[in-house]
Parts: sequence; C-alpha cells; structure tokens
Amino acid sequence: MKILKVIAIIALVVLVGIQFVPTEPNQNDVTPQTDFMLVNEVPIAIQNQLKVSCYDCHSNNTNYPWYNKVQPVAWFLENHIKEGKSELNFNEWKNYSDRKKNSKLRSIIKQIENGEMPMDSYTLIHKGAKLDSLAKNEIINYMNNLKIKN
Amino acid sequence: MKTIKRSIRTVALVATMILTVSCKDANKNEAPSSASNEVMQENMDSSKNMAMNNSQNAMAEAILKDYFNLKDALVGDENDKAKMLGGTLAKSLGNLDKSTYSESQQKELIDIIEDATEHAEHISESDIKHQREHFKILSKDITDMVAITGTATKLYEQFCPMYDGGTAWLSTKEEVRNPYYGSKMLKCGKVQREIN
Repeated sequence: MKILKVIAIIALVVLVGIQFVPTEPNQNDVTPQTDFMLVNEVPIAIQNQLKVSCYDCHSNNTNYPWYNKVQPVAWFLENHIKEGKSELNFNEWKNYSDRKKNSKLRSIIKQIENGEMPMDSYTLIHKGAKLDSLAKNEIINYMNNLKIKN
Repeated sequence: MKTIKRSIRTVALVATMILTVSCKDANKNEAPSSASNEVMQENMDSSKNMAMNNSQNAMAEAILKDYFNLKDALVGDENDKAKMLGGTLAKSLGNLDKSTYSESQQKELIDIIEDATEHAEHISESDIKHQREHFKILSKDITDMVAITGTATKLYEQFCPMYDGGTAWLSTKEEVRNPYYGSKMLKCGKVQREIN
C-alpha cells in the first residue's frame, strides 16, 4: 500500500512537472507569398475545406484545440505537425519544383481517394474536417487540373 | 479515507499510462535521427570512394542497379526486401555527381533526385501497395535521369496499360516481368521503347 502511495505521488509530480516543459507552437500570423492559395486561384469552397481539413498539420499555422495546453498531448501534436509539414507544407507550395508539385498532387489525390487523409484520429475530434464524397470529388478534380502537363 | 486512497490509485494509474505513451513517442523520435546520421556517414564514405573513381557515370549506373534490384523485389512481391532496397536507392541517389552537366541539366537533375529520393524513402517504409504507387513516379524520375546521364546498359521501357491508367517502368531484359502486379499478372505489359 505504501509503495502505491509513493508511486502515485511520483506520478503526480511528474505529470505536473511536464506541464512546465515549453513547446514551440506552430503559429504564424502572416501567410507567406508562396502559399498554395496565393499561387493558385483556388475556389473559396475548396479553400475553406483545405484550411479546415489539411492546414492544421500541413502549413505553418495550426488552429490548436484547448487540450494542446496539456502535456503530453502537446508533444504528441507537435510530432504529428512536424511530420505532416515535412511531407507537405501548403505554405511552401511555390518553392516546390514542377516535378515535386506533380508528385504531391498525386499523393494528395491518392490519399483523399483512399480515405487515408485527413487521418481518422484527426477527424474523430475535428468533425468539420471529415470529407464527404462530394467534397472529396471537388478537391480531387481541382487537384487533377493543377497537374503540370509535360 | 478509503475513497481518497482509491482515487489516488486511479490518478496514479492514469498518469503512468499517459507517461508510457509519451515515452514511446519520444523513442520513436530518436530512432530516425540516429539512423539519418548513419546515412550521412555512409554517404560521405561513398562520396570519397567516388572521388577515386574516374568514370563520370559510375554513380548513375549504381543508381540504376539499385533501381533494378528494387524492381525485381516488387516483381517478386517481396515487401520487406523492397523496403531495404528502397533505402539503398535513396542513399545512392544522394551520391550522383552532377558537376559535369550543363546548368539547366544540373537543375533538372536536382529536381529529379529530390523527388526520387522522397519516393525511395517512402518505399523503405510502406506496405507493398504504397511501394508500387511510389515506384510508378520513381520510374518516371529514373527514366528522366537516364535521358540526361545516359547509360552503358541496354534498357527496355515497358508499359502496363492496366495499372493506374497506364504505367511505365525500366528493365534490363526484354521479357516483361510486371513490378506493379507481381505474381498476380506477371507478364502484363509490353516493351514500348528501347534505350541504347
């Protein structure tokens, strides 16, 4: 019984302690000129959908949920966002070579088609991020037209 | 008093669970960074070897060799082997010596290598379905690379009309062995172009 108490106290102290470890939030007020929306003429409906469904992890600006204030949740999200941005960062679109743009467009289309993106763990909490078949089709058609022919 | 004890126990349990999860994440993070250090080290080693090798296209030939090994693994439906070979290819792509090419060719080669490396890296960590999706674009990248670097080997560009609206790949042999379907449709496709 005593051991349990000690463990409980240690766990509590650690849990409280990690709350003070700072994380660097993925937030920026300015949208860079290289952003996907600024480089392409994206219809408003698709703009809004992409912002809600993709931009939290695939841009330099995340619209954080309240629980991001709690560790270790914040670390978990930080990793997710870091990984997401290294795969695809819509803010950097203009800097991508034509070849890379086409590759990314293909991946976007494939992953939306197969329902791999947005991720289930994300849409579970962000209900608005889930794409219905209409939204999927709209985005896929739009992305298909962006492909650079060669 | 009993309820307090019980609630402390619950808190402890929850806290330990959360901590275990976060530790796991932290481990995951560390693993790739040490792996990439190794990769860098190996890259440096092999670029030293390259300096001793006078053949201009030796590295392009090495890339092709790794690409064909990867292709054969996909033909054989070998997911794990393809993972390993994807990693090998990603490394050799980084070693291509671009200095002997014109400025515009160099720029194109940089784009090709960047894209191909990303696909090879994905292949090194995906299931076979995704490996084949990435192999499609990788094949285009490698074909475009060969158009610039050339090769001493005779190559066959083969084409399967069924996979993803029609898809090409390269092979050193004339007979068709399909890397996109493997044993399911081993011989689907035809030679659409000969290189050299």
